Amino acid sequence: MEYLIRFSQLHETFRSAEIQAIAVIEGVDLRVISYSDESPFCVVRLPSEDAARAIMRRSVLAHAIYEHWGTADTYDELHPIIKRDTAHLWPQYVEPSFKMNIDAYQGSRSSSKKQLALINSFSYLPFKGPIRLSCPDQEFTIFEQWEFDAVPLNLPSPLKVHFGRLIACGVRDLIHTFDLKKRDYISTTSMDSELALVTANIALAAPGKIFYDPFVGTGSFPIACAHFGALGLGSDIDGRSVRGDGGKKSLRGNFQQYGLEKLLGDVFVCDLTNSPVRRARILDGIVCDPPYGVREGLKVLGCKDPESTPWVVEKGRKMYRDPAFVAPKKPYSFMAMLDDILNFATDTLVDNGRISFWMPTANDEEQEIGVPTHPCLAIVVVCTQVFNKWSRRLITYRRLPDAEVDLSALAQQKKMKHEAQTNGINADDLNPFRRHYFRGFKSEQDLTDDAATDKILNTT
Amino acid sequence: MKILSLNFLTCAVKACKSSSDSYPLHPKDAELVQDEIEVNAQLLVNLLPRLDWTALSTTATELGFPALPPQPPSAEDLQADDKTLRDLHNLLMETQIMEGKLVCGNCGHEYAVREGIANFLLPSHLV
Ligand SMILES: [Zn+2]
Repeated sequence: MEYLIRFSQLHETFRSAEIQAIAVIEGVDLRVISYSDESPFCVVRLPSEDAARAIMRRSVLAHAIYEHWGTADTYDELHPIIKRDTAHLWPQYVEPSFKMNIDAYQGSRSSSKKQLALINSFSYLPFKGPIRLSCPDQEFTIFEQWEFDAVPLNLPSPLKVHFGRLIACGVRDLIHTFDLKKRDYISTTSMDSELALVTANIALAAPGKIFYDPFVGTGSFPIACAHFGALGLGSDIDGRSVRGDGGKKSLRGNFQQYGLEKLLGDVFVCDLTNSPVRRARILDGIVCDPPYGVREGLKVLGCKDPESTPWVVEKGRKMYRDPAFVAPKKPYSFMAMLDDILNFATDTLVDNGRISFWMPTANDEEQEIGVPTHPCLAIVVVCTQVFNKWSRRLITYRRLPDAEVDLSALAQQKKMKHEAQTNGINADDLNPFRRHYFRGFKSEQDLTDDAATDKILNTT
Repeated sequence: MKILSLNFLTCAVKACKSSSDSYPLHPKDAELVQDEIEVNAQLLVNLLPRLDWTALSTTATELGFPALPPQPPSAEDLQADDKTLRDLHNLLMETQIMEGKLVCGNCGHEYAVREGIANFLLPSHLV
């Protein structure tokens, strides 16, 4: 049977990724029949109504799913389709109470007279039950998809029309349940609740699984994973971020706020490049938003210049047991960090376990940072959230079972990694995103032009 | 820090990774607490094949728990025998090291645990 999903028209490129991931988690065969980033309507094939309900129980980006009764460019074409394809379904809806809705995307059917006329054009449907506006047995919806700005342009008719019977609603309420504004302990880098939940979905967080965030901060991702039933583990190079002020104002406090403490695995303080996590295939999923290093540059454990500042090393040797000792850190390359993340995922994910991580990039193609690859990880999907001058991507990989890994590519990758040892370069050279960010995403040519303009201005 | 985590973590020093003495880390002056958490059988069954049973036995003995059986239970054992399930749940999920140290048997480095959070950051001479 075909089902019509009414999506939210936000985070467009995450939507099909989310429902396909939920289908994997629920073990449901989902096939997308029609989908476009420009439309909130998507038609899918699913084996049953139960399958449709299962998808909605976890979907944050879908408003609802409907039994699909028809789609056409005009109402004149829609009615014959409904009569042809769904007449066999009608008898079971003769008696129950019902309600008819109109959902006009980017359009308006403001006058109730017009609305009534539209609903009456469906009067060939033999629904004899009482009309109930609240809690009816069945809800039917007429969907219209209008062109952008249809209302001010006073366009006469929609681009497309759909009709469907409501099966189940998604869980967009969770966005409010986990809203950062209502969370006791957050920081400027906490991921918003909607995208944290979507990330957990795409990474396949589910009951009985173990999920880890190596840049855990205040815990947004493990909390989202725990909501979907997974055990959430996390670590951070900054011990203050996980400890917070203690009590409610801590990562543990956040888990307690949502009644999820039983699914808090552990948090510990460590650095990904010197991680204590055993290199064994123990994790079902890794979700993270690595530090972009835009504000301060990335840091990793170590002394920047041990030759000329030997006292830094010596202090560590003597003082490390002191609770007040702060381990020294040195600049770290954005690309080296991505490499470390992918190598870590390769070593620790179970077969077909997923890693989903966020990564910033410039919108300009020339400055775009490519999607990093690893021979042991297959890219599942890349979703993009676009801002004015830059974007961030959620990149999701699947750990290939060893038998599927291309061994020659793996050998080549190891060789290149060995050659690409970076040392003693400044934070901007190490981080192409940071460099572009501070130059306002101008191309090299723009910068030359600016320099020339400056010269002219200065000399006149 | 849970005993489960102790089974997943080893010494952070790179040179120690190849030494069998670096795992498991040995608790020292450990203050234990017992949380009450509802049993999550599905999680324990999933965890079972990922546990290093020998390391878990060492940790259990070092913390004064009764000796574990030489072989890990099977998934069927866990589902059939409530006591086995509860004991494993109690050891892995409910037992926490709140204060103390974790010591590497290879390099001797001590990692502090404070308020249940272990610190694995290394001073420069070990990075
Ligand atoms: Zn060691």
